Amino acid sequence: MALLTDEHKAAIGNKSKAVSVEVSRRDIIKYSVATEQQQARFLAGDEAPPLFVFGLFTSVPSLDSYRPDGIPKGGGGGLKLPLKRVMAGGTEFRQHRPIRPGDKLTGSSRITDLYEKEGRTGPLIFTVREFNVTTESGEPVIDEISTTIAR
Amino acid sequence: MQVSDIKVGDELPLRDHLASNLSLFLYNAAIWNGHRIHYDETYAKEGEGHPGIVIDGPLQGDWLSQCPMNWVGESGELLNFEYSNRKASVLGETLTSGGKVTEIDLENRLVSVELFIKNEQGEITTPGSATVKFNK
Repeated sequence: MALLTDEHKAAIGNKSKAVSVEVSRRDIIKYSVATEQQQARFLAGDEAPPLFVFGLFTSVPSLDSYRPDGIPKGGGGGLKLPLKRVMAGGTEFRQHRPIRPGDKLTGSSRITDLYEKEGRTGPLIFTVREFNVTTESGEPVIDEISTTIAR
Repeated sequence: MQVSDIKVGDELPLRDHLASNLSLFLYNAAIWNGHRIHYDETYAKEGEGHPGIVIDGPLQGDWLSQCPMNWVGESGELLNFEYSNRKASVLGETLTSGGKVTEIDLENRLVSVELFIKNEQGEITTPGSATVKFNK
């Protein structure tokens, strides 16, 4: 049975509001320690590991804005899917230059595809997003295409 | 290490990854991820039907990206990287990352590698690939 309606599909092409962040050495170090990096430049926070960007633009709403599963309400760029249990699916990643402490970066994402499949345990909905990170002056830093799976 | 030292089929070093409650807590705090399947065992099992606390897919993606970066070290840089989370892994499982060289472009000093994370049963949970550009 089709779970995705035309209304859901209309979200394809939706672009999120651009978010700006300033990168701190301390945040790079925390990420590098938690991910058990082995390169000195990451552990010292001189440069961020490429996937550091994954958590860099996470929204930080007030505690009463979280759903019981621990995910912020209204996450996913306003997309309301009929399946609520979400998991990461994978990422294609291109780094134009490393992220460094003090960088002021802007990130914006766009839903590029939305489709469903029948999985082993039931229906799955795949949301594909393009995510672009640039400097304030628009220089590309990271381009990413990632998939999340709702089941 | 320089690109002329590399051969198709060369294997990248294997590395074991054993997540702990602490490492998952710190990782999810660092990326500001509140999803309870990564730190609340009762919720992960009863709320979402997982066999245990789930090791984040993007954390496995990060481990996988480290495989070519640690292999190439200061001799080059990671240009492109992709991974796909195919099978969930839970706390307590030892995962192993590794890979091998699939293609070499000597002229542009580019080396393509195929990557994997395997679980203790030898199943590939997270396949991936990357392109590395060598300095020399």
